[in-house]
Amino acid sequence: MNSWLIKNARDLQGKDVDLAVANGQIVHVKELHHQYSELDAKGLTLMPGLVDLHTHLREPGREDAETVFTASQAAVAGGYTAISAMPNTLPVADTAGVVEQVYRLGKSHGLCDVFPIGAVTVGQKGEQLAELVAMNQSEARVRIFSDDGYCVADPLVMRRALEYVKLFDGVVAQHAQDPRLTENAQMNEGEVSARLGLKGWPAVAEEAIIARDILLAEHVNSRLHICHLTTAGGVELVRQAKLRGVKVTAEVTPHHLLLTDEMAATYDATYKVNPPLRTESDVQALRRGLADGTIDIVATDHAPHPQEAKDCEWSAAAFGMLGLETAFSICYLAIVKSGLLSLADLWQRMSIAPAKLARYENHGELTVGRTANFVLVDLNKSWKVDAGALKSKSKNTPYDGMELPAVVEKTFHNGVLVYDRENQGREGA
Amino acid sequence: MRDLLSINDLTKDDALEILDTAVQLSALSDSSNRKFPTLRGRTVVNLFFEDSTRTRISFEAAAKRLSADVINFSAKGSSVSKGESLKDTALTLQAMGADAVIIRHGSSGAPAQLARKRWIDGAVINAGDGTHEHPTQALLDAFTIRRHLKKDQGDLAGLKIAVVGDVLHSRVARSNVLLLQKLGATVVLVAPPTLLPVGVEHWGAQVSFAIDDVIAECDAVMMLRVQKERMEDLFFPSEREYARNFGLNAARIAEMKESAIVMHPGPMNRGLEITAEGADSKRSVIVEQVANGVSVRMAVLYLLIGGATSRDLAAQIGDQS
Amino acid sequence: MSVVLNAAEIARALRRIAHEILEKNHGSSEVILLGIPTRGVVIAQRLAQEILGIENAAVALGTLDITMYRDDLRMRAPRPLTPTQLPKTGIDAKHVVLVDDVFFSGRTVRAALDALTELGRPKTVQLAVLIDRGHRELPIRADFVGKNIPTAKAESVKVNLSEIDGSDEVKIEGRSM
Ligand SMILES: [Zn+2]
Repeated sequence: MNSWLIKNARDLQGKDVDLAVANGQIVHVKELHHQYSELDAKGLTLMPGLVDLHTHLREPGREDAETVFTASQAAVAGGYTAISAMPNTLPVADTAGVVEQVYRLGKSHGLCDVFPIGAVTVGQKGEQLAELVAMNQSEARVRIFSDDGYCVADPLVMRRALEYVKLFDGVVAQHAQDPRLTENAQMNEGEVSARLGLKGWPAVAEEAIIARDILLAEHVNSRLHICHLTTAGGVELVRQAKLRGVKVTAEVTPHHLLLTDEMAATYDATYKVNPPLRTESDVQALRRGLADGTIDIVATDHAPHPQEAKDCEWSAAAFGMLGLETAFSICYLAIVKSGLLSLADLWQRMSIAPAKLARYENHGELTVGRTANFVLVDLNKSWKVDAGALKSKSKNTPYDGMELPAVVEKTFHNGVLVYDRENQGREGA
Repeated sequence: MRDLLSINDLTKDDALEILDTAVQLSALSDSSNRKFPTLRGRTVVNLFFEDSTRTRISFEAAAKRLSADVINFSAKGSSVSKGESLKDTALTLQAMGADAVIIRHGSSGAPAQLARKRWIDGAVINAGDGTHEHPTQALLDAFTIRRHLKKDQGDLAGLKIAVVGDVLHSRVARSNVLLLQKLGATVVLVAPPTLLPVGVEHWGAQVSFAIDDVIAECDAVMMLRVQKERMEDLFFPSEREYARNFGLNAARIAEMKESAIVMHPGPMNRGLEITAEGADSKRSVIVEQVANGVSVRMAVLYLLIGGATSRDLAAQIGDQS
Repeated sequence: MSVVLNAAEIARALRRIAHEILEKNHGSSEVILLGIPTRGVVIAQRLAQEILGIENAAVALGTLDITMYRDDLRMRAPRPLTPTQLPKTGIDAKHVVLVDDVFFSGRTVRAALDALTELGRPKTVQLAVLIDRGHRELPIRADFVGKNIPTAKAESVKVNLSEIDGSDEVKIEGRSM
């Protein structure tokens, strides 16, 4: 079996640590059987595996862009041991059948946990509630529901969804985008969009929905999660709601923590993403929000697209960019290197907090008796992003050619070494 | 200067060089439709993804007077409309050895992508992209203003020019604001707040909601085309209300300075942004703008591909090795 | 670098050319002097002055920009255009005298002839140059020459005129002394 003794690693606080793994679990060193592999992790930092609550895996339906398998490979290469499959697939994951299919695919590849997110409404059309309980009671045990890609715009539908998920302690994850205010919108509305002649996606279209949904969640006393917060105003709305005790959580993507709408000036559609890249002051507000806990977690919004969907006119291009393989390095750069948070605090927001939020019991903790989902990272090394070398089937990363800090060396899932940077040829398959 | 994608690609000196060159060319072309051998052997492609007969004809005339071979490639209505087709089309043109590609496209930034990704080696000239820019229109507008108010000399310092109407959706307005200000003019944008872009305060132009407040002090009034469909998107309540508040009519023309001119990039919506009296008044230089367009586009073509181009230089290097 | 013509010699050469033009065309009434920019324009103006002094009559004067007709446009960055200005009478049925500073390969004159073709149909076209340095590449000859100066191809002839350069002088550069 897979038994390991990881020696000479450092934990999140920088203290020396040894870790013993047997039968997929973390055990006391003395419990190790005589047959185990020893791994000298000198110079590496040992941490619980990252947990992503916002991943577009594209399967079923758009296997040309990504599959559950390639997304899993990308995930473990990025240090993730759990990802959450958004339901905007073909068909939409709005039934127990589809979510179970995705869940089983993830399980069969065995690289990381793939937890499906269920659609809130049938076909993500925003009209009729999908069978949320059936999805929750399926093998996939769906706990998060979202129409991501679309906003649950109808206030009555949103209210019912928020009420209904209380049946099973679920949470509704809202893609906050007022549809009328963003018809044919292409990028953040502001000075840059005016200059480039690209139709604006105003901050207020996001904030108006966030404000409304906070009030609805407060009114029905239910759990609301705001996907990919991008504006300073949105951060403030969530901050005030939390002070009032509303059960609202929020996420931010790595790219919104680093990039601004100025990138659109190149008309390179790699930077076209929904919600759009905002201004520098929004980026600063998001970083502060993540630092002070207003924003609970980092989520990738990993959105693979084939080359032809990006190598075209901006307005014809698809929204979204890759995230899984660069997320940790980008956050380390934007949050830790800038001195806003300690490494341990960043990890809290990328692993522990999302695992808690989503009730993914086997993730986010490294104590004896827990499932052995962890990574070894070299914080002293850097790496150069090569889009062509990414595990993801698509190559739409905005970071191609960039030198990024922090290298994920090894990822263990259920006690199995599923990613080894040194011996990439051998893993996977 | 390799491409002309945006007025931002031009320094003030570049812009003046284009205008000065156009002055010489218009003097030479005045008498007859003279043809110059200058671009003999060069291939110029009109790549139009959007209908615009006037602009296409203007570029075609300019290229032909310089003896270039002109290929008209109308991509509208064909299978070419979305996605990678822009790239495929560009690669086709590249295979044909286009020295210049004049592109009109409904998507803002399409010419920039063509140039930036270097799908083609030839010079890329933006003939209007989405709601972004239309640099040659601005150049011909500046040429027309300079001819009337500055005797073809120098820059436009000291002039005040009103740009009236749908600034939000107007590529003509964007290019003109950049160019006229680069040339030293004061620009005042006149529009209902719904038709001004967010962030317009960064454009360096004055903004007014009332044409009557500014018309008497302007040296040129440039009326922008207002599409009637904008009404359905709630930008203004009715044609009548728009015309009453922002249209150029006889009463407003009467308020203008003695020397002031009336301009319109065309095609006009008579009765909406401009009345028949406005369009046909003696101040109107709208017909002249068309003729000046050919001279300015000849100047742009001459300056971009009349001398040694990067293709020529590449060929020379190839010869040597 | 050596000076081959000084100011007095330039003046003498131009005066002689003015006389020759008048002689050949039986006066100045049907003559148009067309200067080729940049220094040809100045030389044409000086010739007109000389003719005015001799004939006491103003000869028709103009400029002819040949840039658009050059055959070497693609060898370098685009050149700025200069004005073409013709007398109001036009050039039809006139004796057009093209005026330039240095006569070399003949390509400039070839371009000027092409440009003229577009502008009308002169009775004759003649060529006046201050310096003929040889090395013709086309079957073109000058009618009026200020001075023939044999040169090596690698040398360059520099004509300075006070209106443009501050002084009158013709020099040869690149000549080993
Ligand atoms: Zn989303």
